[in-house]
Amino acid sequence: MAHIQLKNITKKFGNHTALADLNLDIADGEFFVLLGETGAGKTTTLRLVAGLEKPTSGQVFIDGVDVADWGAAERDVALVLQQYSLYPRYTVRENLEFPLKPKIRRIPDAEIAERVARVAKTLRIEHLLDRKTDRLSGGEMQRVSIGRAIVRKPRVFLMDEPLSALDAKLREALRTELKNIQMNLGQTFLFVTHDQIEAMSMGDKVAVLNHGRIVQQGTPQEIYNNPRDTFVASFVGSPPMNLIDGRLAGGRAVIQPTSFELPYAGTVNGQAADRALTFGIRPEDVFLESGAPVEARVHDVENHGVEKIVTLRVGDAMLRATVPARTQVAIEDAVRFGWNPEKVALFDRGTGVSLRHSA
Amino acid sequence: MTQIELRGVQKFFGPNQVMKDVNLKISDNEFIVLLGPSGCGKTTTLRAIAGLETIDEGDILIDGKAVQHLKCSNRDIAMVFQSFSLYPHLTVFENIAFPLRATRMSKADVDTAVGAVAKILRITDLLDKRPSALSGGDMQRVAIGRALVRQPKAMLMDEPIGALDAKLREDMRAEIKRLHLKQGSTTIYVTHDQIEAMSLADRIVIMNDGLIQQDDTPEEVYAHPANLFVARFVGSPVMNIIDASVAANGSGAKVTVKGAAEGFAFPGELTGRLDAANGRAGQLALGVRPEGVFVSREKQDGYLPVEAHIIEPLGAYDIVDLKVGSEILRARTRSGFVPGPGEQVFARVDPAQAHFFDTGSGNSLGVRL
Repeated sequence: MAHIQLKNITKKFGNHTALADLNLDIADGEFFVLLGETGAGKTTTLRLVAGLEKPTSGQVFIDGVDVADWGAAERDVALVLQQYSLYPRYTVRENLEFPLKPKIRRIPDAEIAERVARVAKTLRIEHLLDRKTDRLSGGEMQRVSIGRAIVRKPRVFLMDEPLSALDAKLREALRTELKNIQMNLGQTFLFVTHDQIEAMSMGDKVAVLNHGRIVQQGTPQEIYNNPRDTFVASFVGSPPMNLIDGRLAGGRAVIQPTSFELPYAGTVNGQAADRALTFGIRPEDVFLESGAPVEARVHDVENHGVEKIVTLRVGDAMLRATVPARTQVAIEDAVRFGWNPEKVALFDRGTGVSLRHSA
Repeated sequence: MTQIELRGVQKFFGPNQVMKDVNLKISDNEFIVLLGPSGCGKTTTLRAIAGLETIDEGDILIDGKAVQHLKCSNRDIAMVFQSFSLYPHLTVFENIAFPLRATRMSKADVDTAVGAVAKILRITDLLDKRPSALSGGDMQRVAIGRALVRQPKAMLMDEPIGALDAKLREDMRAEIKRLHLKQGSTTIYVTHDQIEAMSLADRIVIMNDGLIQQDDTPEEVYAHPANLFVARFVGSPVMNIIDASVAANGSGAKVTVKGAAEGFAFPGELTGRLDAANGRAGQLALGVRPEGVFVSREKQDGYLPVEAHIIEPLGAYDIVDLKVGSEILRARTRSGFVPGPGEQVFARVDPAQAHFFDTGSGNSLGVRL
């Protein structure tokens, strides 16, 4: 049980500012995801909460208490990393028992056995308990690492890219499993990843980090539907949001320099009219239709089975559209497309900030 | 004009059999993708065709002639690997021209050939650079250029874009496809990435454990997987596969998932079709992709009440876990369609998108409704 707050955190490594004036509020029992590219400051933030780094300025609170003077052990957090760091000569059971064994904890043997059994059941590793850890697959090892974190009932779980080293199928399966575990435990999870699908699918809240600053935080839906700037727009969502330069003229989107026009249904106030804009539209809001306004060539077709992602080429501009699997298109076909004028986002071309957010 | 054929090919590494009676026919200009997990035998198959591996039994034919005894260099086939293997001390031009230097081509012809390939691959402005000055994508372009320049009978590619980052991989994949359409050379491409396979291939050959599991168009492989392995390997999120029992129900049929009180409604012909396909009770699994599970917020005919569990919002759509009996059925819904975990909703399995597998053999019973 823990409520975590980071207030005005700045962290410098020599001349390099890793985190700049960072504020985070993670509610008790929340699955909170820090999403960002390599070097964005995600892991540094996690290590600050764990007590493995000290902030240059700012404060970390756990349940309202400033923990500046607390060491990592006193903070009672569990860390799960991408590398499993299990004891190779020990069995799975011994690995799970290990955090409970220290004398100062004084946990009776019966309780240790009971806790290990319960964790093994939750993670479906009961059949592996007597196996040495060097005989496990990657997915099984990561389950045991998570088990070792769960078994000692910490206040907070901190996870640093725990799924990144696994193959795609396993990652997909463990994603739901991890979310399931968190919901059953009702514990606070702070989860770091560079994979936007993990962030979207698991997070109750997501904070997008870029160059040591939080660009946007909110629910996955808020971030997907209303990205604060072109960085978030192109980072979250796969395939990413289409971003094309143009202007609004007479209530229509005029795309330059390839010059085609599409309708726009949002409000056009003084600040949107007559300035350099970037239009954002999600691929699922672009459609192919024989009577649609603009002609394009099919540049590429990515087949996902359930649907196809078609890359359209108009002059130099490329635009992606998600179409149903039954749509028959081949490379270099001439097609016509339009977009859903109500789903168009406007970004300032200079700053990249969404007009909805700057208003 | 190049056809390649494998007939009853067997290959052992010590006691391990890595190719088990592989039979494969590749027509002229076809783009074939060998797809499978690591260790399935796909790379060995490719290397056997190239002549980099010997085979223990069977025939490999190129244009009808058995070539298994020919050396690699006499098969007139070009290979592109994941690691670029360019000569670091030569310029891009010299790297591409290298395979032609061994032939007695005149200098002018070499210049023309390299120029033409460079133009196709859009690396004309890089010709004077050395490989160390190139990005990963450009290096792979050069490697492909070197393979193309001598106009081989066939192109063999072993995970050529596996080492590139996601964005570049997408660009290069599109380029390889466009190049194939333009050049039209017979191509065999190895990958473990099912999206790559689905997007590039005229035909996908799925391998596991040295055996060909299915050989068909991307659409067929996705819509009608031959067995449980293919069903699970192709498609993301993975197909739901659940033990189920089938019984007649009035004029219709019902398919009951393990541990569930009620069954999903199916057309009556299902029972007869399963009998004809030798489907046995107690050995039956229902397979359905998330898009074949229909969800409704109101009670409707043929829909069963189910409880929503985890919801994965993926932006354009949601994947919702539904508790059915003791199992979880994953459904694909519009974004935000099911408000939250614990909600009661109603679900139906679309008979047209349902698959039935024999859990003993793992094979599909081939029932199409």
